[in-house]
Amino acid sequence: MIELANAAYSYGGGDILTELNLRLAPGSFHFLTGPSGAGKTTLLRLCYMELLPSAGQVNIFDTDVRSMNRDQVATTRRRIGVVHQDCKFLDHLTLAENIALPLDVSGRDSEAEMGNLNDLLSWVGLAGQANSLPPQLSGGERQRAALARAVIMSPDVIIADEPTGNIDWEMALRLLQLLVELNKMGKTILIATHDLNLIRTAKSQTTTRVLRIHNRRLQLAGADL
Amino acid sequence: MAVFRAISDLLGGDQNAGKVVPPSGYTAQLTTFTAGAMAFLAVFAMALSLATGRLADRWSAELARTATVRISAPAGQMEAQSQAVLKVLETTPGIVSARVLSDQEQRELLAPWFGPDLPIESLPIPRLIEVIETTEGPDIEGLRLRLKGEAPGAVFDDHTRWRRPLIDAAARLRLLAAFSLTLIAVSTGAMITLAANAALSANATVISVLRLVGARDTYIARAFVRRFTLRAFGGAAFGTLIAVIAVWLLPAAADEGAFLTGLGFRGWHWLLPFLIPPFAAFVAFWATRAAAFRTLKGVT
Repeated sequence: MIELANAAYSYGGGDILTELNLRLAPGSFHFLTGPSGAGKTTLLRLCYMELLPSAGQVNIFDTDVRSMNRDQVATTRRRIGVVHQDCKFLDHLTLAENIALPLDVSGRDSEAEMGNLNDLLSWVGLAGQANSLPPQLSGGERQRAALARAVIMSPDVIIADEPTGNIDWEMALRLLQLLVELNKMGKTILIATHDLNLIRTAKSQTTTRVLRIHNRRLQLAGADL
Repeated sequence: MAVFRAISDLLGGDQNAGKVVPPSGYTAQLTTFTAGAMAFLAVFAMALSLATGRLADRWSAELARTATVRISAPAGQMEAQSQAVLKVLETTPGIVSARVLSDQEQRELLAPWFGPDLPIESLPIPRLIEVIETTEGPDIEGLRLRLKGEAPGAVFDDHTRWRRPLIDAAARLRLLAAFSLTLIAVSTGAMITLAANAALSANATVISVLRLVGARDTYIARAFVRRFTLRAFGGAAFGTLIAVIAVWLLPAAADEGAFLTGLGFRGWHWLLPFLIPPFAAFVAFWATRAAAFRTLKGVT
């Protein structure tokens, strides 16, 4: 699904990440860990084409990202649901409108899919908040809403950047439960986190691989946990 | 066809595209005001252009078919030379008629400078003969030679020296008005581009989020293009309407056709100002579209 082959990313003349080799198989569950500033977010951004590799190759759904035009990037992103650390909501739209945004931009009728939207809001426990504006929500509610937006297009891959960074443990477990459910439905999951407790809890529930960024390189870190 | 497809695609009734961009404050008012003001000016430039065109045509037509023979001769020879000139003119091909202006007509011609009671009989004033030509006109050089032989005091004036500067002036005014219309169109495009750029910058986060959730550039551009095109059209329609009313309220043209009172539209020309709002929308469409795609190139 997503494959990095000797990929590297440089900025301002310095290497941020180098010799990245990674293959996310369909239905796999990966954690990406490492200290703050190690480049976890940069790696995720390479995976959803917000950044292009400065060397090596990044293939997404068997297509080299460098060969994609802007329209292809847009349509490929519809197959990847992303939960950003800061959620990236449009504050002038209601929660329901924010969650339905991927449907709107892809030309699907969000009114016709209102039933699915309501089911999704119930699934993330936000059925009563559909008409709230994002600034009116708590951190946990925002993260769950971001997850709802990430999965509304039924993407093949879900990428989450520190989804539990700003929420309490109880809420983090609830969010993890939702991600595990999605994985059991066949979705490929990649989560960047530095929360080792979260990783241990996930490992107890499903098969996961843990990747670690060390010295700008990607390593398999499962044995350390 | 590709142009029309792009226009219908971008203006097509996708309300969601417009909804995702928050209402913009001053850029909306700036666009509407600019389009309105420019449309107002464009109507006047158009009226000026059409009026000068009419004036040039009229001057050209009126002066082209008339000429004057001026006879300056001693009092004893004046009558004989006048008859000789009339005889020459009657036998010249290309001349429809010729007649000597009466003392009263000459007095009226001089009245603006000397007053109505000028004792014209006692003054050595040249005698004037008005000549009406056919469309083709006479052989001017041949006529001048014949007049020189028959009446040495006669000078044939075909009004060329009057006509040419007037027509040149009218043509230049017309050119200036057309240039003004072009400047107005370019300025409108520039102002709308500035306003669109401001709106795009103010909504950089929105654009970034839309790209991340899979929006194509066309979808994002449509939200801005639709908004600016409709604002420009609305503003220009209002400005045009006010200007047309203002032109309509101008004093009616006098019989003498004085230039300033002739500034306005005639007949079907009244429909021309109503081309301005669609044209303003067209300019806004392309200006905003170019600005949007230029901005989107910098967003991944």
